Amino acid sequence: MKKILGFAAAIALSLAIVPASAADKLKVGFIYVGPVGDHGWSYQHDQGRKAIEEKFGDKVETTFVEKVAEGPDAERAIERLARKGSKLIFTTSFGFMEPTLKVAKRFPDVKFEHATGYKRSDNVSTYSSRFYEGRYIIGQIAAKQSKSGVAGYIASFPIPEVVRGINAFMLGAQSVNPDFKLKVVWVNSWFDPGKEADAAKVLIGQGADIITQHTDSTAPLQIAQEQGVHGFGQASDMIAFAPKAQLTSIIDDWASYYVSRTQAALDGTWKSEDTWGGLNEKMVVMADYTNLPDDVKKMAQETEAKITSGELHPFQGPITKQDGSVAAKEGETVAVGELLGMNWYVQGVDDQLPQ
Amino acid sequence: MDATQAVILTIITASTPLLLAAIGELVTERSGVLNLGVEGMMVMGAVCGFAAAYTTGNPYIGILAGVLGGVALAFFFAILTQTLATNQVATGLALTLLGLGLSGLIGESFVGLPGVKLQQLSIPFFSTIPFIGPILFGQDILVYTSVALIFGTTYVLFKTRIGLIIRSVGDNHNSAHALGYNVIAVRYACIMFGGACSGLAGAYLSLAYTPQWIENMTAGRGWVALALVVFSTWLPKRLAIGAYLFGAVWIMGLYVQALGFGIPSQFLSSLPYVVTIIALVIISGNKTLTRVNTPACIGQTFVPDR
Repeated sequence: MKKILGFAAAIALSLAIVPASAADKLKVGFIYVGPVGDHGWSYQHDQGRKAIEEKFGDKVETTFVEKVAEGPDAERAIERLARKGSKLIFTTSFGFMEPTLKVAKRFPDVKFEHATGYKRSDNVSTYSSRFYEGRYIIGQIAAKQSKSGVAGYIASFPIPEVVRGINAFMLGAQSVNPDFKLKVVWVNSWFDPGKEADAAKVLIGQGADIITQHTDSTAPLQIAQEQGVHGFGQASDMIAFAPKAQLTSIIDDWASYYVSRTQAALDGTWKSEDTWGGLNEKMVVMADYTNLPDDVKKMAQETEAKITSGELHPFQGPITKQDGSVAAKEGETVAVGELLGMNWYVQGVDDQLPQ
Repeated sequence: MDATQAVILTIITASTPLLLAAIGELVTERSGVLNLGVEGMMVMGAVCGFAAAYTTGNPYIGILAGVLGGVALAFFFAILTQTLATNQVATGLALTLLGLGLSGLIGESFVGLPGVKLQQLSIPFFSTIPFIGPILFGQDILVYTSVALIFGTTYVLFKTRIGLIIRSVGDNHNSAHALGYNVIAVRYACIMFGGACSGLAGAYLSLAYTPQWIENMTAGRGWVALALVVFSTWLPKRLAIGAYLFGAVWIMGLYVQALGFGIPSQFLSSLPYVVTIIALVIISGNKTLTRVNTPACIGQTFVPDR
């Protein structure tokens, strides 16, 4: 199935790209893991691509390939983009890390930008958002709003980015209710509306009255609305799908980053670096707080302001790991390296991390 | 609603699209045609169903449109494989790609719109029976349809003259042709029946399961349906068992995870497939039964020598 899609993507790609003619135009390529119409992760990256087009107009030409499977197929798709003349290529999923590096080695004059990864080289930058800042806020909201004291978390793959989100959510929740419980279901997919919906139903069936997700479809929120519980949007504002259920949404806003990197490439000032922006850099934006009583709304806004100003760090100690060891002492913050490679749960998460 | 009941209801929702698509493919394959385009027809059913339901506000019109979408793609497949005698495997795979691409194109303006949900059709009095009431009598029309289709196809395939013709065309198209049956016409009809069922399955996804349209929302369910047909050795009742078994193991996998036992999720995700394969191996143990029920001419192109 994935192979076929990848193959289709390769065919689509060869058809989509016109031969290079205007030499002075900067060609910017994008690789998406999902369809642009997922209304989540890939959709938001595509909004960033559109922002580039809007900002630079005739000076750039953008191309994208959607639904690229993570793995060997991705390498082919990235290489095609490079070969067809893209000089700046954004690969927008964690699983594109190795393929991006491999292709980058073969095309030293092409600049690569890999989202959410941690491996860089001379022509590969990495960038990501501090989504966990938003997750801390929604954790607090969840603990305030839940009557059963149990939230359900629909997770995709056990990679650091997702684990960090779960931990931040839990820490936020514990700051309000130390006995808060979190049930985690891994669906092993970024995008499978049916399976995400099933997971939501199962979690609600087991007593969770707040549903949150680190997968890309709107299905879990819709189920939450249907069953009269609450949830949070993911990647984009999903209020239209669940006007009664969405409490807020963690929105990824890539536009400013994409525009500034394209500018750097145009100016010749681009260099390999690592960017990790959060609420402060406006790479993470919270959607309107809805369906909430005023005091909870106020608490969320205050937390948001504190994180933005740097007064509060979601991973500031004391933090205990699930196995009882200390992750950060009072007054300390979990180190950046530890955050980036996070492979442990904080205490209280009702799950064992797949290794 | 207690937990067990919730789980059973979830299993039914998860199994129904598989069952609907698979029952259609079963009839298609019984007539000797292997249509690997189930996924494509399903996703077309999903987009057409959603689009029509959204535009008219009526989910039943959506169901009808979903069926038509599936049939349209199936008709295309029939023209290619039956009239133009192309290779069925290659055409089927192409049909899946076509369906996925075309549905994305049609659905572009419907992305991000909240859909119309197909309501439950509760049967008065019976649906109020504790526990089993909502499970047996509180479902939507497509769940009832899927059950009716199991019994309907069993009856038609094995108890009627039409069924006998379909099976003879699938088992030996030359003999059927020699007896004067129009092999091509029978296969056209069966392919389109398969398309209609796949379209229903797709409509179920975009109207009842997760009422929205997103590209590629079938997420591989068409392929599972195809596998289930083989699993069932082309017997509708066994197909129903297979679909519900698959759905049950699928949901239980999520259920067990949420309990937090720490069983690796990758293992649980693969479990439905593993269980289905084991069941298939056990069933294939009975060689006679398999041989009797496998359509002998499956996948073979029939070109009548006039």
